Amino acid sequence: MKSLNLFGLALAVALGATPAVAGPTLDKIKAAGVVTCGVSTGLAGFSMADQQGNYTGLDVDTCRAIAAAVLGDAKKAKFVPTSAQQRFTALQSGEIDILVRNTTETLAREADLGFNFAPVTYYDGQGFMVAKKLGVKSAKELAGATVCVQPGTTTELNLADYFRTNKLQFKPLVIEKLDEVENAFFSGRCDAYTTDRSGLAATRISKAPAPDDYVILPEVISKEPLAPAVRTGDDEWLHIVKWVVYALVDAEEKGVTSKNVDQMLTSDDPEVKRMLGATPGMGKSLHLDEKWAYNAVKQVGNYGEIFDRNVGKDSPLKLDRGVNALWSNEGLMYAMPIR
Amino acid sequence: MAVDARGSIGAATAQSSWWREERFRHWAYQVAAVAITAAVIGYFWHNAAVNMARQGIAAGFGFLNREAGFEISTSLISYTPADTYGRALLVGLLNTLMVSAIGCVLTTILGVLLGIARLSSNWLLRKVTLWYVEVFRNTPLLLQLVVWWDLLRFGAPSPRQALQILPDVYVSNRGLAYPVPIWREPHLWMLAAMLLGILATIWVARWAKHRQERTGQQFHTILVGCALVILPPLAVFLAAGAPLDLDKPALAGFNFQGGTTISPELAALLFGLVANTSAFVAEIVRSGIQAVSWGQSEAAGALGLRQGHVLRLVVLPQAVRVIIPPMTSEYLSLTKNSSLAVGIGFADFVSVANTEMNQTGQAIEVIAILMVVYLTISLIISASMNLYNRYMALVER
Repeated sequence: MKSLNLFGLALAVALGATPAVAGPTLDKIKAAGVVTCGVSTGLAGFSMADQQGNYTGLDVDTCRAIAAAVLGDAKKAKFVPTSAQQRFTALQSGEIDILVRNTTETLAREADLGFNFAPVTYYDGQGFMVAKKLGVKSAKELAGATVCVQPGTTTELNLADYFRTNKLQFKPLVIEKLDEVENAFFSGRCDAYTTDRSGLAATRISKAPAPDDYVILPEVISKEPLAPAVRTGDDEWLHIVKWVVYALVDAEEKGVTSKNVDQMLTSDDPEVKRMLGATPGMGKSLHLDEKWAYNAVKQVGNYGEIFDRNVGKDSPLKLDRGVNALWSNEGLMYAMPIR
Repeated sequence: MAVDARGSIGAATAQSSWWREERFRHWAYQVAAVAITAAVIGYFWHNAAVNMARQGIAAGFGFLNREAGFEISTSLISYTPADTYGRALLVGLLNTLMVSAIGCVLTTILGVLLGIARLSSNWLLRKVTLWYVEVFRNTPLLLQLVVWWDLLRFGAPSPRQALQILPDVYVSNRGLAYPVPIWREPHLWMLAAMLLGILATIWVARWAKHRQERTGQQFHTILVGCALVILPPLAVFLAAGAPLDLDKPALAGFNFQGGTTISPELAALLFGLVANTSAFVAEIVRSGIQAVSWGQSEAAGALGLRQGHVLRLVVLPQAVRVIIPPMTSEYLSLTKNSSLAVGIGFADFVSVANTEMNQTGQAIEVIAILMVVYLTISLIISASMNLYNRYMALVER
């Protein structure tokens, strides 16, 4: 079924029917009045729909911030769940405007798939989760293990690399649907489940029958910089996505939050005034309203607020800021100057 | 004048405007059809190439020579992540062919037995097979595959509590692990002896048939054949000093190491495909048997043939002619349905191709390969079934 779906998308590329032609994505979004974002099929903390169909998550909020910046309303974001396999074709064929789906930025994806990545929204790394009762303390003890993994991911490749490097044997169990992979792991069909560590934490909290029966091993076997992606060839749209992400980070750095953004309009800091549009010019350069960053921060919050709410201290995942702290706090989050 | 004029018109019609000639038109339509098809394909191809170039998407089949980098769980040939995408595809293709081949054989056997049972005079047998056919025919195959898979996964214990059903044969949620003999040179001689036995059996069968035609005397071909096939290899085996070392599965760490393992995914796929397709085959066999007129059976009975003989010598050979064409479609659908493996995590051709599509992003190329390969497999199955059909068809005199 999935291949049929992919086939359809490939056909769309072949026919050049849909906006497969790279072009003014911004015009299309303004005409449609909605930003269409490809998200995951359900990963707690990043993009997950509740029973009423309301999405929450870090990826979801990134998309909402873009909608707020472009259309002035964070609610004008539409979410399309895409599987690990469908996601790239969905972006290539123009079905979605932007892919914000815990997707790792790599050379081949940018150069071969025809994408441009916006700044990283979450620095992650791949890890392993095992059942506590196996008594495994390190990934190096996984020789001969069956490992559950999703196909078409960087995870699948890192897994093979890690075991090759350490001269260990393993058997992969490759299933496309996230739910099925998780089921296979929790039913004991696999000894270990591997994906990004944030994903492991999310799965452990939200899907495990008893979260305390499972442990995440200490090894981080790869770098997984998760970043939004857009089609190459539309620089205007790339600039918008890129600078909205920077604005969210910059807002945190400058202490601008969804609560105090109105007071901040009269701040003495010239960079804050430029960002929030109190000093006009930046919005015009991006072909957006001068209130672009103001709307994003006001309606969605700065990067720190988004992080804490979805994956950090105010969420069930309780992940540390770690490398995702601001550069001024020894992290990697560093926004380019808005000027 | 008038005559002349009429004559000239007549001449023109006789010569006939060349574009009206039937042979020309026949060819013209064919050429036009081919040209239009080629133009449409060319248009799509060009369009795709232009669009992909504009979007900076890589194109071409060069990726087949690049390192794949992912592991595959089931492989009939040696494969490591350092091998190429091309070899990975081959691994997937061989897995698909293996499943299809085993599936077709098992389906045929089970389907024929079920089809005969559907017509049994035994009420219970008849009803049980009726229910079997209706249940398996009328539920979605993917659902059946998932049910089989869940049964095998949840029904079986973890490797550390594996059930030992026979000496050195273990069942766990990692599959069925069983010992395999380690290859030694005398085994080659055993194979040779078996081959000779098979040839001898064929010769005996011919001789027995001739003798029966001449004298009416029957010969125990089956018994003698079994002896000819089994005894010589056994003799070689004993003469060589019974060289049998088993590679036994043993629990090491997480899983069984050594021996061979049939994974729950492969087992679920085979169970699902065979159970489902054999329900259809059963109906084909039943209709084939019923297509042979009742008079044939009665006549055979009147000649004094026993029930089994009536079925084997009179009814089935005639039924086969009705059965072959629809059977071809069942083999085709089994082969194509094996691609549902993707839903339960078996590394078949589609599953590997899907992974490659996503790792390389070259959807159009990979889908083209998928289409060509499945088309080729299907055409080969069709062609061989058509050959068999021609061989079995009633020779009209």
